[in-house]
Amino acid sequence: MVKVNRMALKKKAASQAGKKVKPKTSARTKTVARGKGPAAKNLTIKVCVGTGGLAAGSQDVIDEFGKQLKAHGIKAEIAKKCVNKTGCRGFCAKDVIVEINQNGSTEVYQLVTADKVSRIVEEHIIGGDPVDQWLVGPDYHAFHDKQTKILLKQCGQIDPENIQAYLDIDGYKGLKKTLSQTPFEVIEEVKASGLRGRGGAGFPAGLKWEFCSMSDSPEKYIICNADEGDPGAFMDRAIIEGNPHSVLEGMIIGGYSIGAKEGYIYIRAEYPLAIQRLEIAITQARKRGFLGKNILKSGFDFDLIIKQGAGAFVCGEASALMRSIEGKRGMPRAKLWRSAVKGLWDKPTVLNNVETFANIPLIIEKGADWYKGFGTENSTGTKVFALTGKMKNTGLIEVPMGMTLREMIYDIGGGMTGKKNLKAIQTGGPSGGCIPAEHLDIPVDFDSLASVGSMMGSGSMVVVDEDTCMVDLAKFFISFTQHESCGKCVPCRIGTKRMLEILTRITEGNGKEDDIDLLLELGNDIKHASLCGLGQSAPNPILSTIRFFRDEYEAHIKYGRCPANACKSLRQYLVNAETCKMCGKCSRVCPSGAIIWEPRHKAELDKVNCVKCGACYDACPFNAIL
Amino acid sequence: MTENNLKVTINGREVLCSRNETILDAARKADVNIPTLCYDDRLEPYGGCRLCIVEIKDVPRPVPACTTRVKDGWEVLTETVEVRRMRKNILSLLLSNHPNDCMRCEATGNCALQTYSYEYGVDGDRFAGESWNLPIKDDNPFIVYDPNKCILCGRCVRICNDVVMAGTIEMTGRGFDSKPDTSFGKPRTLDNCEFCGQCVSTCPTGALIDKKGCGKGRAYEMKKVKTTCSYCGTGCSYYLNVKEGEVIKVTSDYEGPVNKGNLCIKGRYGYDFIHSPERITTPIIRKGDKQVEATWDEALDLIAKRFGEILEKSGPSALGGFSSARCSNEENYLLSKLVRTVFKSNNVDCCARV
Ligand SMILES: Cc1cc2nc3c(=O)[nH]c(=O)nc-3n(C[C@H](O)[C@H](O)[C@H](O)COP(=O)(O)O)c2cc1C
Ligand code: SF4
Ligand code: SF4
Ligand code: SF4
Repeated sequence: MVKVNRMALKKKAASQAGKKVKPKTSARTKTVARGKGPAAKNLTIKVCVGTGGLAAGSQDVIDEFGKQLKAHGIKAEIAKKCVNKTGCRGFCAKDVIVEINQNGSTEVYQLVTADKVSRIVEEHIIGGDPVDQWLVGPDYHAFHDKQTKILLKQCGQIDPENIQAYLDIDGYKGLKKTLSQTPFEVIEEVKASGLRGRGGAGFPAGLKWEFCSMSDSPEKYIICNADEGDPGAFMDRAIIEGNPHSVLEGMIIGGYSIGAKEGYIYIRAEYPLAIQRLEIAITQARKRGFLGKNILKSGFDFDLIIKQGAGAFVCGEASALMRSIEGKRGMPRAKLWRSAVKGLWDKPTVLNNVETFANIPLIIEKGADWYKGFGTENSTGTKVFALTGKMKNTGLIEVPMGMTLREMIYDIGGGMTGKKNLKAIQTGGPSGGCIPAEHLDIPVDFDSLASVGSMMGSGSMVVVDEDTCMVDLAKFFISFTQHESCGKCVPCRIGTKRMLEILTRITEGNGKEDDIDLLLELGNDIKHASLCGLGQSAPNPILSTIRFFRDEYEAHIKYGRCPANACKSLRQYLVNAETCKMCGKCSRVCPSGAIIWEPRHKAELDKVNCVKCGACYDACPFNAIL
Repeated sequence: MTENNLKVTINGREVLCSRNETILDAARKADVNIPTLCYDDRLEPYGGCRLCIVEIKDVPRPVPACTTRVKDGWEVLTETVEVRRMRKNILSLLLSNHPNDCMRCEATGNCALQTYSYEYGVDGDRFAGESWNLPIKDDNPFIVYDPNKCILCGRCVRICNDVVMAGTIEMTGRGFDSKPDTSFGKPRTLDNCEFCGQCVSTCPTGALIDKKGCGKGRAYEMKKVKTTCSYCGTGCSYYLNVKEGEVIKVTSDYEGPVNKGNLCIKGRYGYDFIHSPERITTPIIRKGDKQVEATWDEALDLIAKRFGEILEKSGPSALGGFSSARCSNEENYLLSKLVRTVFKSNNVDCCARV
């Protein structure tokens, strides 16, 4: 669902950019007079090679730049050096993003494709006159200016495959400081920062470390959760692809604090680029003495192992993840003991999310007070969100905790695409809930989201407009969770299946009078009786949509009507005889011959044969199909 | 560390517990029965069936008794209206994917799902929906597996992997389609299975059934006779299930001090000899080239007489005793006593010496 919208968005943005003749000059960061002829010196070209960028063809763009620069006599070795690979810049709706720094002036192009490269090289790099029509628009700046980037700051700026780039921006300084302190002092600093886990539940990271540090077991483990299973979430991937060393540094600091000698990064195999960059980063960190025996001559030994997961959503759950690392079936284990006592291989273990770890070096280096300057009292710091859905600017954003949904969607996201109004926002993926438009002004932090029946989750946000049916949306999420359930416990395994069946019959017009009550009761029981977070949160999308959009459920059940006109089986098409201009286009596109039409006659729709595909609706130039 | 210093009440009854004990342990101490489907004393607690959920005063959500360790001062309530309602829904969900087949199921009368459904007055149609219609696996001489009756309590998988360590079966699939099975769904054969029947012994439903007893009688028709296995010296105990003088099957004796209900293939399935027409039931004395049935007295007299003659004629070194690993320690001791004190010989050995 989300994917399709984003594709459509991309296409649309592409055609807009192509048409635009002269963008507003304010859209540019112009610092130096142009038109000074060819200048190959001080030339840096930054091309986004995050997974989003690569998918949009950034490798072709890089190759083309190489070719063009060579062809124009700008030395090949310069060309090679000039084209830097950078991580995700977040503005995925406009990929491929290319930044050209020349003689101190920076210009950013959006939606670059290989065939645009020759003109950019000729007019801009050689001619000194940027191709205005392809430069980023005001939305790019709005998208960036409202954000507070502390984690994503370096993503897209530094070369993630070169440790020197990280060292140049004070990388591993936090680790050096750590090694001069006692583990107790480090943990106190993390506790004081108020950092709460970014994996979903928001458990204070410092406390978790403290519990584990108290055990005197000689063997302990620290694990980074990079399983990132929420559909639509890609913040962890972006951090690893853009700045892998920040995660490593956070883990090494964590290992030192709790007394672990070994750490695991559990990452889904579907993230090959992130895995590759982690491998490079680990190798480089070992060479420089940040990993391995006697780290920076401090006597502290620590090393990291990458473990690839097969991409089951439930393997992101802490205990299932540990079983998976142990080589067992990824199935949650009942919490007889917490992981800080018996975790991986039954040894004391700390598990944190990628983003949680990426925060650590900054907290240690700059101090808890600096960190607390961002966010709210109970949710400190910033949070990375993945904005998707029917907004103009989709992509990754980083904002201080406590920003309102409205600011995120209208100021950064650029508002809605199309004419339809915003209806709701699904936060927290399949575990979260739907927040209706009237709550747009709630601040986004752990506790406020929970108060309206949703949750922060990993930070995915799907914005839907009036064309989306809330019953259908709930059905989408529950079909995901029921499919991903590990099958261990009854309420989740059979309960979510039954909820999906009930929602399916409602969207097909076969809902029963007491289905809403049944959903509420079942939802409550699944929430309370399931073993792990997957089952405990699976009913959230249903419970929250019933809470805020009960009338839509009732319309389906009582009147067989879908208010958003999205449920296919409830759709009914007919020809409006008053507006029909007898062109016959509808009859030509109908795949099932359900439109009866003859030249100079109004079309008629045969309901029996109609398969409700909507082809006639799309084809009619006069909006005569209803 | 395991001091009983935590005071907990279960439905108002006070018990003292240690920090390693769960609510289920505490309830047992207080003689309070909490329903369970996935729990087996022989296995680590699992927390899969969720039937044992209970309420604790001032704790916001119900917790599973089997996997929650007690805390000092907890007031546990096991039979509140809310908890019973949730248990009933859990059972309804189970029945919504279970064949309505009790009348001809082998496990009738010996099935935990049936017992609890009756106790909780469960309506099997409340959550009607898609249900399994999978082929029954009757692919070996000992065990029949009907996945449609499986409630995924995971007991068979855990006993096979954690107790028997055979690793024959594992949970397969995901979500609604998960079920225990052999790898790649292959038949159980001597290549992958011990045929110890441990999985059958722990299965709370009719999903895993002893094939040899199929159709021969209901649990309530059988007289259970406790006995000790005669195959080896371990001394496992079990129950012979006898109907009209015939041994129909063997079931576990969970209180058995040696084996706690565990058995191997011989103890559980090797009982055909009992009713074999070829079985020797009296002593037989060879007279000339004939073998003649005799009484025990006749036989023992003959043995004593012949041993005496040999002893007198050739001395103690002409005699010895060789006993068997299938005998118990006590039996082996008695044999050595006989040889050393009566025969006055040191020629004593046993096949288990290797
Ligand atoms: C079904 C399920 C899936 C989860 N998936 C993830 C995930 O992909 N990434 C993640 O960091 N945490 C995930 N979590 C949360 C983890 O269990 C755990 O709480 C978290 O990684 C702890 O790290 P934190 O304290 O830094 O947030 C998931 C939880 C559940 C119940
Ligand atoms: S809640 Fe779902 S995913 Fe979690 S243990 Fe139970 S069946 Fe597995
Ligand atoms: S008979 Fe024994 S070895 Fe075979 S599956 Fe059952 S428990 Fe495992
Ligand atoms: S076969 Fe029996 S023991 Fe095994 S999971 Fe199913 S119900 Fe439980």
